[in-house]
Formats: sequence, structure tokens, C-alpha cells
Amino acid sequence: MPINPDYAGREYPPAGPFTVSREEIVAFAEAIGATGVAHHDQAAAQALGYRDVVAPTTFAVRLAQQCEAQLIGDPAAGIDFARVVHGEEAFVHHRPIVAGDVLTGVLHVDRMREAGGSGMVSTRVELADDEGRPVTTVRSTIVVRGEGS
Amino acid sequence: MSVPATDPAALTRTVTVDRARLVAYADASDDQNPIHQDADVARSVGLPDVIAHGMWTMGAALDVVTAYVGGDPARVLSCQTRFTGMVVVPEGETVEVLVVGTVTKKDEEAGTETIAITATCDGEKVLGRCQAVVRV
Repeated sequence: MPINPDYAGREYPPAGPFTVSREEIVAFAEAIGATGVAHHDQAAAQALGYRDVVAPTTFAVRLAQQCEAQLIGDPAAGIDFARVVHGEEAFVHHRPIVAGDVLTGVLHVDRMREAGGSGMVSTRVELADDEGRPVTTVRSTIVVRGEGS
Repeated sequence: MSVPATDPAALTRTVTVDRARLVAYADASDDQNPIHQDADVARSVGLPDVIAHGMWTMGAALDVVTAYVGGDPARVLSCQTRFTGMVVVPEGETVEVLVVGTVTKKDEEAGTETIAITATCDGEKVLGRCQAVVRV
């Protein structure tokens, strides 16, 4: 089944809230080999002016993908996950994510179209804190490979 | 006011990845796609072997940028990449990814720099148009 272009322009209700723990920031930082001590050590983070450990620059993907599941997991959207490859990813940081943050994410489907036999799906997740202030904008493009590729 | 330090030497690094690191990243990112852990599944969908998550590679590569700005993530304003190649991780092996960042643009009015990043594995580029904008 091809992707459903009617989903373009759709905005979802906020997902979450996601409470970001110190343990998940440390685990993410260690998995990518992040060297900055502020990702691992609360005292080092406080020396930089943060209240607790601060997330690496791609950490928001962990939260964004939970928001994107609203689209990916919707059979009517026509996205065959087994045929998905990741095309592009971009982050705009309004401020870093710090342990203890309580964030929600609003998923927007910016583009959904067929191109060259494959589906191109571009999403944007706007992560905001518990007072509604912007934290991170996460843009992602996935390619749903067509049957012939 | 003094200009915050940057460290150009931090922009070049070799990072390593093995199967255990991919399991750790799968847990840490909550991306449990079996093509990053199970060779049989990877081969069944036409891949040569288990491959690293593209987002693992992006995260590992972008850490040179955070290091460049003194380890303070607040100075990394944005970053982006395309996924153009695969980091294949065979069982029992440790695979090296060479990351090299280069300052390509300085905007003195805005107080920012743009850093282009190449990430190569066995001489092949695995990220395309990877770049970050930092506050200097």
C-alpha cells in the first residue's frame, strides 16, 4: 500500500509528558561515546550553569520517535515500517535538554508524497517544556522504499 | 567581554563501534529495530550484516562539535545530516569511524560558526551534508 498523501499538513495532539531522567541522558551519552563531562556528571553540569546533567545534541530523537509513532503506527497512513530508511535528520536547539525536564511533543506531518516510486515522509516534532516554552525542533525525513527497490 | 574558547583540535576524532555499543544505543535511544542487532534479520532485508543506527553515527559524529565549544551543549544551536552510507558492524569486530569537522563559515555579526563534518568508515562517507551551527 502506498503512503497516504492526505496525511500531509496533519498536526497531532501533544504526546507525553516525557520526564527526562539523569539515567537516560547518561546512558545515551555513553552509547554515542560523548566526551563532555556535563553529559555524565551533575557537578560538572552545574559548573556550566545547568541544574543537572545535560543531554547530547541528538538526544531529542529518543523523544521525537515516540511522537512519530503516532504516524508510523497508523495503518491508514500507509507506512510499511519494514521498508523504511532514514533519509535526513535535523535539530534546532532552543535550549539544551536537562535531566528533570518534563517535555511534550507536538507532531506535524510537513510533507508526504510519492517520488520516484518511493514515499517521502517529512515530520517535525516541536518539543516544549511544562510551561509551553520551546526546547527542540526535530525534523526527520524517512523514505519508504517502493516495491521495486 | 572575552570570546568563549573554541578548540579546533577537538574537531578530529576516531570513534569506535561494536555490537555491544549498538545494543547500548538501541536501549538508550529506544530504537530496537533488529537490523541493528541481528545479522539474520539484517541479511533478510538485503543488508550485508548488522548496521549501526544512522542516529548513532550522527550522535557520535556531532560530539566533536560539542567538544569544540568547550563541552557546553547550549553553544550548539542546530545540527543536521543526510544518511548516505552504512556503518557495517560484523560480530566480534570493532569498527572505526573517522570524524573530521571543518569551520566553513564565520558570521561575526551573529557570533556563530558553521562546522561541516565528514564521517567516513573504510574510506566511504556515511553522512552527507552533515553540519552544525555553534555560538562562539
